[in-house]
Amino acid sequence: MAAARPRLSEGRDRIMTRKQKKDIIRISAAGVLFACGYVWSDTSLRLPLFIAAYIIAGYDTIYEAVMGIIHVQFLDENFLMTIASIGAIYCGEYPEAVAVMLFYKVGEFFEHYAVNSSRKSIADLMDIKAEYATKLVDVSDESGSSSQVTVEMTVEPEELVPGDLILIKPGEKVPVDGIIRTGSSSLDTAALTGESMPQDVIVGDEVTSGTINLTGALHVEVTKPFEDSTVAKVLDLVENASSRKAPVEAFITKFARYYTPIVVCLALLLAVIPPLAGFGHFTDWLYRAMIFLVISCPCALVISVPLSLFAGIGSASREGILVKGSNYLEALASVETFAFDKTGTLTHGRFTVSKVVPAAGIEASKLIEIATAAESLSNHPIAKSIVAYGKDYLASAGSVGTPENYEEISGKGISCIYKGNNVYCGNDKLIRDLDLSVPEESEIGSLVHVAIKLSNDEYRYLGHIVVADTPRENSAETISALKALGIENTIMLTGDKREVAEAVGNSLGLSKVYSELLPGDKVDAIEAAMTGRSTTPSYTSTANAGASATSGITANAGVSTASGKKSRGHLAFVGDGINDAPVLARADVGIAMGAFGSDAAIEAADVVIMADDISKLVTVTKIARKTLRICKENVVFALAVKFAIMALGAVGLASMWAAVFADVGVAVIAILNALRAMRIR
Amino acid sequence: MKKTFKMENLDCANCAAKMETAIKKIDGVNDCSISFMTQKISIDAEDDKFDEVLTAAQKAVTKVDRGTLIKK
Repeated sequence: MAAARPRLSEGRDRIMTRKQKKDIIRISAAGVLFACGYVWSDTSLRLPLFIAAYIIAGYDTIYEAVMGIIHVQFLDENFLMTIASIGAIYCGEYPEAVAVMLFYKVGEFFEHYAVNSSRKSIADLMDIKAEYATKLVDVSDESGSSSQVTVEMTVEPEELVPGDLILIKPGEKVPVDGIIRTGSSSLDTAALTGESMPQDVIVGDEVTSGTINLTGALHVEVTKPFEDSTVAKVLDLVENASSRKAPVEAFITKFARYYTPIVVCLALLLAVIPPLAGFGHFTDWLYRAMIFLVISCPCALVISVPLSLFAGIGSASREGILVKGSNYLEALASVETFAFDKTGTLTHGRFTVSKVVPAAGIEASKLIEIATAAESLSNHPIAKSIVAYGKDYLASAGSVGTPENYEEISGKGISCIYKGNNVYCGNDKLIRDLDLSVPEESEIGSLVHVAIKLSNDEYRYLGHIVVADTPRENSAETISALKALGIENTIMLTGDKREVAEAVGNSLGLSKVYSELLPGDKVDAIEAAMTGRSTTPSYTSTANAGASATSGITANAGVSTASGKKSRGHLAFVGDGINDAPVLARADVGIAMGAFGSDAAIEAADVVIMADDISKLVTVTKIARKTLRICKENVVFALAVKFAIMALGAVGLASMWAAVFADVGVAVIAILNALRAMRIR
Repeated sequence: MKKTFKMENLDCANCAAKMETAIKKIDGVNDCSISFMTQKISIDAEDDKFDEVLTAAQKAVTKVDRGTLIKK
């Protein structure tokens, strides 16, 4: 089934290629000869041993160097190493000449090994593609009768078309997106979402490719061909993430472009000028110049930065967080402002009854029964939440009857007749219309009042029910965790009324709240927050002038507007990715949360959190920061060592051995450090 | 038009950067990005010149490292 493996790992199943095995043999052989040369250094065997070691370790390097000259590609590594070793030979430093070639080969081998193994482990991480699919095909019975039999056919997931019926047995991966026609099961979504809790599915539910069927056999109707299925999109996204390069990567390749020629020029000058000026022997200076040549390779730097970023992106994928480019990972590391959409991001995005307040002398169950009955014919989300709550609450106390003469009073509520009473159910306006007083309510949310008619102009107030879109359990925790990471600005954007928005903002500890925003205003609010970070952040709703002066208020006034300091941190916007695509696009980093199963969200965002779990924001911020720190460590460390050895070499205090360390040793250390990014949790 | 190809035997990160710079200079190329980690090259070039660009790109790649191939 080799062809059906994830594309990322295609042809890379063996960490060791044949070439690498050959390299090991060469390196070992040259190493043994080199050591022997040392042991018998006062015999006549010394020189032949060194020559043999040199040739075994360096023949291809020399060959490539010659080819490089023919193709007018100077300053290529092979060329530099060859010249450096020849220079060392000229100076009579045979062991050094062999060391340059031998350790260059060791470094190269190690680089390949590290890169291949990290590629492979990240590919394994994304091993979400099913290797085959079992298609169910109806065929006519061979006995000639008209009855049909269903046969199972093993096909590649790519061969499936919408409408096909497939069988997914327990333990198998879902090959393409589809809908369950028969059977029920639970699905392991961990590879996609990082969530360990299985998802229960029944007939009619959609199944997402890349998940693993755990318990029951499913007959699934294919709804999308493989290339449009979630699994293909996710793989494509992860594979192409590293083509959007981070600024740090661009910097390092640009640096490398100037670094090598400059160091080579310095080496030339060092070899020529001091001897001409009459300071010491030519061979001494040549030896020092050769030290420069050995150090002039920028590979450690150039390899360690993309490797770290790639490993960081891999770490995030394992957590069910897809980062669409190294650039976004870098931007995320320096995010100073997190802006959140309220509904569906900070909150659950669905209404629930949070409080039931019966009027004096009324039983709660009576109030709930009447409200449930009255609202049972409405399609409004608030009504539905009351009905759901009421049915649950009254489950033991008997059933709820059906209302008669049901009527909706636009913008106010409903009226109906229930058990002989005229019932009114609705908002403050409705109650005032009935000449009843509206009680004070401190609980935040929408209030649904219930009243009944006693006589012609007399009504009785039965109480009210508070319905609210409650914050997620871990929203407050996440906000404080982000603050602990030094992210001071946390902004909430919402179309909700000021009071509701402020209360939620306060309870979650957000530093700023923009409320009563129309959908289009959110982009303006983000822009205000982005430009506001370099001026005084005092956003007074210009975007929403028509609404009222209440939009754009500050919840924790002390925290937010006090800071007028300049900062160049980025702004990340977190939304559900479905109706906030323009805001996602406008922010420096657009993060869609709970995107599992939503193609639109996956398309729109820069960073996709598959699970509906807000705490992943902390995870991804930590991963981004740690990855970038590793990149910087590598850059600083590699440059510091290289410059130090060049400085020492120029004045004759460093040997060729030190130069070999500065080249190969630094590369190995930088790569090992980069691989740490793969294990961030 | 933007197309992505796999690369073979792309062994050094610095070479990848050199190839990228060289390909960007080819006439008709709008943008080019080589990902060393995923061994992929994406070339954004004018539609009518794409074939020529691809040939020139392979030449530029060969010049930096003879063993490296753009797989079509």
